[in-house]
Amino acid sequence: MAGWITKGGHGAQTSIVDGKQHILLMPAWVVIGILLVIPVLVMLIYSFLTQDFRGGVIWEFTLEAYDQFFIDRGLFGDDPPRIEWTYIGIFWRSFLQALFAMVFCFLIGFPTAYFIATRAPKSRSFWLFLITIPYWVNLLIRTVSMKFLIRDTGPLNNWLMSWGVIDDPISMINTNFAIQLGLFYSYLPFMVLPIYASIERYNFALSEAAADLYSNRWTTLFKVVIPAVKPGIIAGCILVFIPSLGAFLAPDLLGGAKNFMIGSLVEEQFKGQSGDWPFGAAVSMILLTIIMIILLFYARAQSRDNTGGH
Amino acid sequence: MRKITMTLGAAALAMSFAQSAAAEKLTVYHWFEYIPQELLNEFTAETGIEVVMDTYDSNEALFANLKAGGLGSYDVAVPGDYMVKIMNDEGMLDTFSPSELKNFGNIMDQWVNVDFDMGRKSSIPYQWGSTSFMVDRNVYSGDIRTTDIIFNPPSELKGKINILDTAGETLAFASLHMGFPQCSNDRAQLKELSKMLETAKADWASFNSDGAKDVLASGDAAAGMIWNGFGAKARAERGSLEYSYPDQGYIVWMDNVVLLKDAPNRDAALKFMDFLLEPENAAAVTNYARYTAGVKGVEAYLDPELVTSPENNPPADAPAGTFIEVCAPETQALYDAIWTQLKK
Amino acid sequence: MAKPSQRISWYPGFREMAWLCLIILYAPLIIVTIYSFNNSPSITIWKGFSFVWYNEVFFGPEAAKFKQATINSLTIAILAAVTSTVIATLSALAMIRGRAFRGQAVTFGLINLPLMVPEIVTAVATLIFFASIGFERGLLSILLAHIVFCIPFAYLPIAARLQGISSVYEQAARDLYATPGQTFRLILFPMMLPGILSGFLLAFIISLDDFIITNFVKGAGVETLPTAIFGAVKQGIKPNIMAISTLMLAASILLVSISYLISRMGNNRD
Repeated sequence: MAGWITKGGHGAQTSIVDGKQHILLMPAWVVIGILLVIPVLVMLIYSFLTQDFRGGVIWEFTLEAYDQFFIDRGLFGDDPPRIEWTYIGIFWRSFLQALFAMVFCFLIGFPTAYFIATRAPKSRSFWLFLITIPYWVNLLIRTVSMKFLIRDTGPLNNWLMSWGVIDDPISMINTNFAIQLGLFYSYLPFMVLPIYASIERYNFALSEAAADLYSNRWTTLFKVVIPAVKPGIIAGCILVFIPSLGAFLAPDLLGGAKNFMIGSLVEEQFKGQSGDWPFGAAVSMILLTIIMIILLFYARAQSRDNTGGH
Repeated sequence: MRKITMTLGAAALAMSFAQSAAAEKLTVYHWFEYIPQELLNEFTAETGIEVVMDTYDSNEALFANLKAGGLGSYDVAVPGDYMVKIMNDEGMLDTFSPSELKNFGNIMDQWVNVDFDMGRKSSIPYQWGSTSFMVDRNVYSGDIRTTDIIFNPPSELKGKINILDTAGETLAFASLHMGFPQCSNDRAQLKELSKMLETAKADWASFNSDGAKDVLASGDAAAGMIWNGFGAKARAERGSLEYSYPDQGYIVWMDNVVLLKDAPNRDAALKFMDFLLEPENAAAVTNYARYTAGVKGVEAYLDPELVTSPENNPPADAPAGTFIEVCAPETQALYDAIWTQLKK
Repeated sequence: MAKPSQRISWYPGFREMAWLCLIILYAPLIIVTIYSFNNSPSITIWKGFSFVWYNEVFFGPEAAKFKQATINSLTIAILAAVTSTVIATLSALAMIRGRAFRGQAVTFGLINLPLMVPEIVTAVATLIFFASIGFERGLLSILLAHIVFCIPFAYLPIAARLQGISSVYEQAARDLYATPGQTFRLILFPMMLPGILSGFLLAFIISLDDFIITNFVKGAGVETLPTAIFGAVKQGIKPNIMAISTLMLAASILLVSISYLISRMGNNRD
C-alpha cells in the first residue's frame, strides 16, 4: 500500500498530534500511574509491616512476612530455624500446574490453530469466531460449568455410568486433576489465537520448498513451520502460563480449598480468616517478581530474535 | 455514535445517583444463607429501610474483615457467642440501652445474662444450635456417635470428608476429640493436637463452610462437619444423611445480632433488631435456617416438623454440648498457628 | 492460498484435534445451558423442559438482589468502557501518529502493564492502596479499578486500526488548510471508528466479566453479577445460577458477535 508515504509522514511532514503527545498521553499516565504503579509500591511497603492480631497492620518495619514465607520456626516459634517448604511447595505446585496447563493447551491448541489457518478464508473466519467466543465468556461461568460437569453426581459421571463405561463415579472434583482441567479449559483460547495469528502470516511456499527437498511432512513441521511461527507459540505459552500461575477460581471452585495454589493462598490472607495483609502482600510481591523475571527473559529473547532476523 | 455513548454514560450516571439517593439504608454483615430474603423484603416494606447484605462464612473471617477496614461501613453483624466477646474486647461494638428496643422483653430470660454480653448491652440473640457432623448412612452404616468419624475415619469414609473452614469451631471440636481443654497452654498437648489434625487431614476431601450442605446433599462428600440446622436442610435433600451427637461431645453456640461501632445507620440497626425480636419474625428465621430461636412466643409460628427433627433433638443419652471458650491472646496465637499449619 | 500448499500443509489428525478443541470449549457451556431449562429442583436429574428457573431469576425472592447486581455491573461496565476507550484513543493517537519520543517504550509498557500483572496481584495492590489512603470501598472503587485494566483491552484494537490507516488522508486535509482538530474530527475519527467501537466493546465485556479484582475492592453490600454469582455458587450450584449463567453467556455471545461484525465492516470498507 502507501507504506512509504506513511513513513514519510512520520519523518518529514508534521502530524496532527505533534507537540501534543504529552497532553494526549497524560490521562493514561495518570490513571495507570496512580491506580496501578503506586498501589504496587504501597503493596511493597505493606509487605514489610507488622501484622496486628487477626487483621489490620501496625506501621512498624519488620521482615516477619518474608520470614514466615521462607523460614520454619516450628509451632511455637522457637524451634531452630529451618527452611519452610510449605509455601515454596505451593509455588512449586502452582508452577507445575501452570506448566502442564501450558503444555496441554499447546498440544491441542497448535493443531487447532494450524487447522484453522489452513482453511479457506470464509470457513477460517467462522472457525476463528467459534474459538473467540469462549475467550470472552465469563471465566467464572466457565469454571462453574466445569465444576458442574465433573462432580461425582454430575452429567459426565452419569453418562459414563449409564453407558456402562464405569461402575462407580470417578472422583474428579477437589483433586489436582480438577484444577489442571480447569486451568486447561480456562486458558485454551489464549493459546490458539496468537498461534493462529503467526501461522496465518506463515508463507507456505517454505513448506513446499522443504517438500521439494524431500523433507517429509513431520520434519517440515518441526524444522520449518514451528521455528517460523515461534513468536506466536511463545506468546501463547505466556498468555496461558501467567494467568494459570496466579489463578484463583480454578483452585477455589474445583480444588476444594485444600489443594492450595498461589491465588488461593493470597485470597485467604485478605478475604479469609487469618487477615494477614503483610503476608498476603509479600506473597503477591514474590509472585510479581517471578512473573516480571519471566517477561524480562521473554522481552530479551524477542529483541535478540528481531535483531538476528535482519 | 459519540452521542449514543454520551447518552449511555449519562444514563448510567443517573442510575448510580438514583441508587445512592434512595431513602434510609441498613447494611447487614451476615452469615451466608441465614435469613430468608422474603423477611428482608418485609422489613423494607414495613419500615421503608432498604437492606443491603454482605455475607461471611466464619466468625474469624467476619472479625478479620471488620478489623481490616470494614468497621464504619456495616451497621449490624451476627457473630457467635465467643466472637461477641472478642469483638467487644477489641472495641468493635456499640452499646444500646434496653429501653431503646421496645421488644427487648421478648428475649428469653436464660439468654439475657450471658457471659459474653452480660445484660445484653450490644447484642440480641439470633439463633442457637450445635456444630457436629453428618454421615451418609448409605455409605457407612457403623457407629457414628464418635468423633473418630472425622478425625480417625473408617475406610469407607476416607477421602470423602468435608471439614468446616472455621478455625474456632473446628479446633474446639478437635480438642473435644482429644479430650483436651480448649485453651491449653500445655505444649505437649498442643503438639499432639496439631499432629492429630495433620494426620487426619490426609483423609479429608475439602475445607468448605458455605458448601457444607451441598457437598453432603449432592453426594460429593459422604461425611462432613456441619451445623445442625444446615444439616437438617441437607437431610431434606438427601434422606440418608444422619446428624451425630458424638459421645466425646459437640459444640453448642448462639449467634447474636450485634450493633457495630461507627454504624452509619444506628437507628435503622435498632429498628432491625426490634424487627428480629418479634416472635413471628424470629420464627420465620428458625423455619428457614432450622435452628432454635432465643425469643419468647415463637412456638405458635414454628414449623411443626422442627419440634421432632433429629437435628434439634439430641438423644437422651447424649452429653451436653460445649460452648467455645475465649482464650487469652497469647494462647489464641498458638491455636491460630495450629490452624495456619493445618491449612497450608 | 494456492491448492498445492493445501496439500503440503495437510497433517493427519489436525482436523480431529480442532474438533476436539471445539468440543472441549463448548461442552460445559452447552450442558449448563441445557440444564438451566431443567424442570427439577435437583440439578442433575433431568425432568423435562421448562422456564421455571428463569422465572425464579426474574420474579423469585432474590430477583431484587440480582437486579441490583445487574444494574451495578452495567453501570460500572459502561462508565469504565467509555473512560478507558477515551484514554486509549488519545494514547493510540500519540503513540502511533506522533514522532518518536523519549519514554515511548516505557509508555507502551505502562499501557500494557495491567495485562502483565497477574489479576490477583492487581487486586491485592488496589485493595491495599484504597485501604491505606482511607478511600471508601463501594461502586466508585470498583469503577476506578476497572478503568485501569480496561485500558489495554481498548487500546489494542484502536491502535491496530490506526496503524492500518495511511497518514496520506490527514496530510491531504492539512494541505487543504484543515486545522488539526478538523482533520481529526472529519477525517481520522470516522476512519478509526470501527477500532474504537470494537475497543469499547472489549473493554465493556472485560469489565462485565471481572470477578477477582471486583471481589477485593467492592464495599459493604455492593455486588456485581459475578460476585453475586460466586457467592451463590459457593453454597452449591443451584439451577437459578445456571439460568443466570446462560443469560450472561447469551449476552457475551451477542456482544462478541457485534464487535466481530463491526470490525469486519471496517475491514471491508478499506
